[in-house]
Amino acid sequence: MTNSIVNRPLDILRRFSVTIILLCICLAFALGSSDFFTTSNLLNVALQTSIIAIVAIGMTFTILTAGIDLSVGSVMALSGAIAAGLNVRQGFDPFVAIGIALLIGMLIGAINGLMIIKGGIPPFVATLAMLAIARGLTLVYTQGRPIAGLDERFIYLGTGQIMGIPVPVFIMVVVAIIAHIVTRYTPFGLHVYATGGNEEPTRLAGVSPDRIKLAVYIISGFTAALGGVLLAARLWSAQPNAAVGWELDAIAAPVIGGTSLFGGVGTIGGTVVGAFIIGVLSNGLNLMGVPSYYQQVIKGVVFILAVSLDILTKRRR
Amino acid sequence: MSENKFYLRMEGISKAFPGVQALKDVNFYVARGEIHALVGENGAGKTTLMKILTGALSMDSGSVSLKGSQVEVNTPTDAQQLGISMIHQELSLIPNLTVGQNIYLGREPRWKISAFIDWNRLYTDSQDLLSQLDVDVDARAEVGSLSIAQQQMVEVAKAISLNADLIAMDEPTSSLTDRETEVLFDTMRSFKKRGISIIFISHRLEEVFEISDWVTVLRDGSLIGSEPIKDLDEERVVQMMVGRELGEMYPKGDVQRRGVILEVNNLHDGRELSGVSLELYSGEILGVAGLAGAGRTALAETIFGVRPAITGDIELDGSPVKINSPGEAIRLGMGLVPEDRKQQGLFLNRAIRENIVISALGKLSRFSFINFSKADKLAREFAVKLDIRTPSLRQLVRNLSGGNQQKVVIARWLTLNPRVLILDEPTRGIDVGTKVEIHALMNQLAEGGVGVLMVSSDLPEVLGVSDRILVMREGKVVSEFSREHATQDNIMHAATGGKVNNDK
Repeated sequence: MTNSIVNRPLDILRRFSVTIILLCICLAFALGSSDFFTTSNLLNVALQTSIIAIVAIGMTFTILTAGIDLSVGSVMALSGAIAAGLNVRQGFDPFVAIGIALLIGMLIGAINGLMIIKGGIPPFVATLAMLAIARGLTLVYTQGRPIAGLDERFIYLGTGQIMGIPVPVFIMVVVAIIAHIVTRYTPFGLHVYATGGNEEPTRLAGVSPDRIKLAVYIISGFTAALGGVLLAARLWSAQPNAAVGWELDAIAAPVIGGTSLFGGVGTIGGTVVGAFIIGVLSNGLNLMGVPSYYQQVIKGVVFILAVSLDILTKRRR
Repeated sequence: MSENKFYLRMEGISKAFPGVQALKDVNFYVARGEIHALVGENGAGKTTLMKILTGALSMDSGSVSLKGSQVEVNTPTDAQQLGISMIHQELSLIPNLTVGQNIYLGREPRWKISAFIDWNRLYTDSQDLLSQLDVDVDARAEVGSLSIAQQQMVEVAKAISLNADLIAMDEPTSSLTDRETEVLFDTMRSFKKRGISIIFISHRLEEVFEISDWVTVLRDGSLIGSEPIKDLDEERVVQMMVGRELGEMYPKGDVQRRGVILEVNNLHDGRELSGVSLELYSGEILGVAGLAGAGRTALAETIFGVRPAITGDIELDGSPVKINSPGEAIRLGMGLVPEDRKQQGLFLNRAIRENIVISALGKLSRFSFINFSKADKLAREFAVKLDIRTPSLRQLVRNLSGGNQQKVVIARWLTLNPRVLILDEPTRGIDVGTKVEIHALMNQLAEGGVGVLMVSSDLPEVLGVSDRILVMREGKVVSEFSREHATQDNIMHAATGGKVNNDK
């Protein structure tokens, strides 16, 4: 008991350490480039980050159950393509088209979940296969060509502003608040943490870990699809190779934000901050003229540092 | 026997697993407010019977009735609703959740008609429960930060919060110190007064005789007997359990102590050990006693190179050695049977023979290729020598009973002919029959000139097996007793520092 009291200041420091790191990075860039700390640039960073943050929030749920969803990048491309295709080729109302695209994202999530719980396929493998399948379906559906000519209302979702703030940033905030409430205040949220902590006692407590897992992959499919739709809207078109490799950022954000890849530990707030660290890094490095090839390397190194931190704290327990 | 005398009646229970009849037509009756011990060797069917009672397993045939009416227990939730709770041997708490979250998992209190958890109520209710049980634990603390004993009490609190009036405890004391066990027993006695029935599974017969009112013995899935404790003695229970006369529990030959084989001076690991010194003689069994957290496991692991030593010297056969890894310790002729055999000692998903020969592959290989026929021969030799009971050496270690698993771990070391063998809790969770065999084996090794260092929380074992006993407290060796002078009392006195420590 004395332990917990002694560790409290340390715990608080640890709890906000990621935010402190984010602020330090911001400070460093603000000193390094006069263009960084301007309203327009900060809004730009928020816009750049918002889509990855939305996808990363869904990813957080899967990682909390000690799973992972590698298919998010492909699901983004597929749902963006379907929403765009239905809107442009079939003349669907953009919101109906988007609704269908989101449902397809959830369906793919459900298939991922079923492969994992019914088939006993490890999440890594099941969603890696889905990464290939969804990308392949995107190429089939788009025939390898971009789908342009979206309805204005569709494009508004990616490029519009409300009171000077980009729409995707608003959507991210809403998604983050809902996800925060779900993880923090609902039995479902607690059961997600429980499943990631230890499945057998969760089952013995009368909670079905399988249902929880199915739900988290559906959530991840949904947020990936939402991210994909917003990406298409921002680019005015659905690209067949949209979001290639985005699963790295979507996984890195929660992990940098303190979500443990071993499951059971992590917060939505942390994920949003983690996404912003990635966003600010690439923005700041751009402003300082660092070539994008180097940025990839830096991103990878930051990711490894975050994972090492997770492993170190885990070992200390 | 009148119909309603019994709170719980399980009748004609049978259950088969592929290849084994786990329970054969077993009857089991528990009265209200009774502490009922369920004993038997590993594999006798105790846990299976309890899992059926609590809905974790389904039975092939038989019936269960509570308070005189027949009930169906198909899921753990059914059992909960009927007021049956089980505290599992492997603690079933979730380490990353708080105490309160664990207690109310699956039935979280909600804010009035909402989908949201009422955290305040959850934590006040759990704190109330804990204080009712006199448990000094913060309901908001993460379970992973608690000691095993505290976690056990959280499990008990959880059972109480379920309004259980029948609690099955599967080996609740196996990882508790004596003092913690007493606290648990006090709690059990107070439950008894409240009319709660407790089914108590334990391998430690002293405990069974200390706490129980009634004893039921199972052997190979069959009911052997069910009698009030006052009509039985330990010897008789053991005989019922093993189905034969066991002879002496702790046979001890005349030991020929030879020279010092291992000498440890002022060992520190920077955390748990603060200057341990000891001498281990060839041909003796040196017992190390102490409370949990006294540094016994740290000592075993530091000598063996699992944990780094900050300062201190180790001499083997009189010459100083530096041991920085288990590999080096093994090359020097040492072996460690670790505390947690499943996590640290075995490759559960590999065959018995692979587990036995893995450390001896060097001498079984030529030009880096394993000579499998030699490996097989070696594995068979030790399986026979240690009487590992299995239809085939290709059997996965996962499928063996705890006692046979431990024999596999020991067999692995014996393939290397170690000069020093360190055993950490060698018989924890192991049935009486196998326990005696393992003790006999340790004696045999000592007679052959091996220095045996045994860490154990089981005081009768320490007293019965050791030639000499060291007592550790707070990372130091505080006392040494010869076999003749050691008693349960003076060891406990030394281990606790002569006063009863109330806060741990």
